[in-house]
Amino acid sequence: MDAGLFFLFAAIALVCGINVVVQTHPIKSALSLVGVMGALAVLYLLLGAEFIAAVQVVVYAGAIMVLFVFVIMLLNADGETRVSRARLANWLGIPLLITLLGMISYLIQREIPYSPRVVFGAFGRGGPRDVGRLLFTEYLLPFEVTSVLILIAILGAVVLARKEIE
Amino acid sequence: MTAHVPLSWYLMLSAVLFALGVAGFLFRRSVITVFMSIELMLNAVNLSFVAFSYQWRQTDGHIFTFFVMVVAAAEAAVGLAIILTVYRNRSTLQIDEVDSMRN
Amino acid sequence: MQHLWLIPVLPLAGFFINGLLGRRLPKAAINAVACGSVLVSFAWVLKTLSALGSLETAHAESYFTWIESGALRIGADLAVDRLSAVMLLVVTGIGFLIHVYATGYMSHEGGYYRFFAFLNLFMFFMLTLVLASNYLLMFVGWEGVGLCSYLLIGFYFRKHSASTAANKAFIVNRIGDFGFTLALFLMFVKFGSLDFARVFDAAGKLPAEVSAGWLTAICLLLMVGAAGKSAQVPLYVWLPDAMEGPTPVSALIHAATMVTAGVYMVARSAALFLKAPVAMEVVALVGLATAVMAATIGLAQRDIKKVFAYSTVSQLGYMFLALGVGAFASGIFHVVTHAFFKALLFLGAGSVIHALGGEQDLAQMGGLRKKIPITFATLLCAAVAIAGIPPFSGFHSKDEILLAAHHHAPWMYWVGVITAAMTAFYVFRAIFLAFFGEPRGHHHPHESPPSMWIPLAALAALSLGGGYFHVSRYLELMFGPGEAEHPASLVVISVAAGAAGIALAWLMYVVRPGLADSIAQSAGVLHRLVFNKYYVDEIYHAVIVRPTIAISRELLWRFFDAGVIDGMVNGVGTRARGIGGVLRLAQSGQIRSYAAWVVIGAVFLLYTLAMSGDGQ
Repeated sequence: MDAGLFFLFAAIALVCGINVVVQTHPIKSALSLVGVMGALAVLYLLLGAEFIAAVQVVVYAGAIMVLFVFVIMLLNADGETRVSRARLANWLGIPLLITLLGMISYLIQREIPYSPRVVFGAFGRGGPRDVGRLLFTEYLLPFEVTSVLILIAILGAVVLARKEIE
Repeated sequence: MTAHVPLSWYLMLSAVLFALGVAGFLFRRSVITVFMSIELMLNAVNLSFVAFSYQWRQTDGHIFTFFVMVVAAAEAAVGLAIILTVYRNRSTLQIDEVDSMRN
Repeated sequence: MQHLWLIPVLPLAGFFINGLLGRRLPKAAINAVACGSVLVSFAWVLKTLSALGSLETAHAESYFTWIESGALRIGADLAVDRLSAVMLLVVTGIGFLIHVYATGYMSHEGGYYRFFAFLNLFMFFMLTLVLASNYLLMFVGWEGVGLCSYLLIGFYFRKHSASTAANKAFIVNRIGDFGFTLALFLMFVKFGSLDFARVFDAAGKLPAEVSAGWLTAICLLLMVGAAGKSAQVPLYVWLPDAMEGPTPVSALIHAATMVTAGVYMVARSAALFLKAPVAMEVVALVGLATAVMAATIGLAQRDIKKVFAYSTVSQLGYMFLALGVGAFASGIFHVVTHAFFKALLFLGAGSVIHALGGEQDLAQMGGLRKKIPITFATLLCAAVAIAGIPPFSGFHSKDEILLAAHHHAPWMYWVGVITAAMTAFYVFRAIFLAFFGEPRGHHHPHESPPSMWIPLAALAALSLGGGYFHVSRYLELMFGPGEAEHPASLVVISVAAGAAGIALAWLMYVVRPGLADSIAQSAGVLHRLVFNKYYVDEIYHAVIVRPTIAISRELLWRFFDAGVIDGMVNGVGTRARGIGGVLRLAQSGQIRSYAAWVVIGAVFLLYTLAMSGDGQ
């Protein structure tokens, strides 16, 4: 049963991911990305990360992607032009990708003997209680710092995006 | 066939999603699409973190994921504001045309 | 502890006071400081010498270690022995008289305080030179007097001829100094020290065959230095030009003291020279050649100071002749007597020039005998002294030299006698032209003030009676006894030569004034040759100066400095800009290219990870 869920949602994630990259119009890419995130949320659940799964759906898919869609609609973004001028990226792009993927795969397969099987429910400490405890004890400082970070981001976004005062 | 999937398959999925993100990052020319490819990469990494967290039976991985999401949110906000400004000044969303730093 | 250091330091203090504060001090104060410091120094010399008694051995004082580097140890060591005692008395005594004279002579000149400051500085260096007990400290004094000579020759620095003369003096001196420096190097290599005591000791112990080669080299190089400083052939050319300086400078530096530094140095190094007979022969020949050549040039000069300048060169030649034949004591004796009468000659010439309001050309003088009688009387004393007329001072010292020369090689004696005749001739020529006959110029001469004629009188007394100071006997302790036996005929011949010179000058310039010009015309080429100093300066200019300047300008400046070095430096800048220009192309402005770079970096990191993690 776990395996079936995995395959299904992995497939969804893959297809949506490919779609993100392939589609010409940004709005279609955005919607595909939402799909990826949803699929990933299920996979998190399989891995026992309940809190994270919830946050993924609420924050990532629900807030950030909505922001993306707002901006796309605001800017009336179009598909792309044909002209490409970044020569380095054009020429080296595919070899680089293949190399990247290859290296990561190699590293991963080195791990294979050590990796356990994923059993749903085997990891029970992904709930809010456990995450919360860690967050407010061991990682308190980064937590506070990120709150400052968000403040700065708000300020930055407001300043950058408003119209110039005449 | 066993009913449980080895963890390394999760990692493989993460790798492939990451590679897809890099592909979009390198090859797409619309700014917003590039941005979304970045978000894809971040998600792939999140999956990795959670997988490893499962492997070591520790919640710390989840904390990392949490922070990644926070930062992604902040980054999305500011980044989109920048895109708005660039669009207002250059009237284009093609990153190849934003090259006034040339030479 | 006699505090020998006070002797040079007192004039140094005078230099600082006059140099730093002199602009605001009244003339009386400047005079007091300048002359006073030398007078107190002289008094201290007297006190020291009387306290030290007979000075059979040297009295040395060591103050601090100046240089200590590896095997080289140089201390700030001063020493007094009989030789330096003689020199000290001459330098401080005559120095004082000249300082007093200068207060009168320079009273109308600008830069008064500067003059006396430099004069005091010169005294400091000269006294250091004489008191030093190692070669390096002596060299400090050596260089220092050269510097002061430059400063004082170029005292009228606004006058182009004066500043070029100063340059010439310094540069020619430098050539001599180069020889001296090489000698010092060689000395250190061979003897391991530059202290007089250690070097002379070691040299004395050397067997003759071993020493010949390099010891001769050292002595010859020392002679090069002496030739530069004491104006011997071929480095004498600066001395006549040095007459551009004020007359007290000519008297003090270029007659009595600085030019004798070379003689002193060779005499001091007697222990070395005695072991290198070849070098001594060279010294004697150079001295003799210089004496003759300079005397011939002096026969035809028209500027009174130039006549005396060539006379100085010639007399210095006599001193080196004495040193070269081994009569060191006689050479120093002649230094002393020469200081008396040559300083007097120059100061007297200065008095004449001062009386005539600046005229230096003998052809414009005449009939001054009754107008400036004191000057005339004192100059006459100097003239008879230099002509070698007994019983005056010049006769004693010159005679000793000629006799020693005869003992060494008779032909040298005869050349010396001829030169003595020429000496007498040109000195009296100058006297007769200036003081006898009808006034030829348009001047209104007036006698000099007491500040000028009192030193003249003092020097006249010394010139007349100085022969009885028995200097050579005093120095016998150091240099060995002189020749006791000499046939009286040699003495008579040399005196007769001097008298003949005077008589001929009397004939040509007083009895029959037109005779000189007619001889000059009939001996046209010779006369022109001699009048133009054998064109030595012109030869030097063409053979040495012009090529050197050409090399400097074309090769060293244009090629090396502007081309190679500037090229390298500029090239670095240009190269940097070029590289920057190439690197700049990486800034394509394309965001996606930058993204590609990021991915390349990531791949590289992964690669490192993969390679390093194999041990996992």
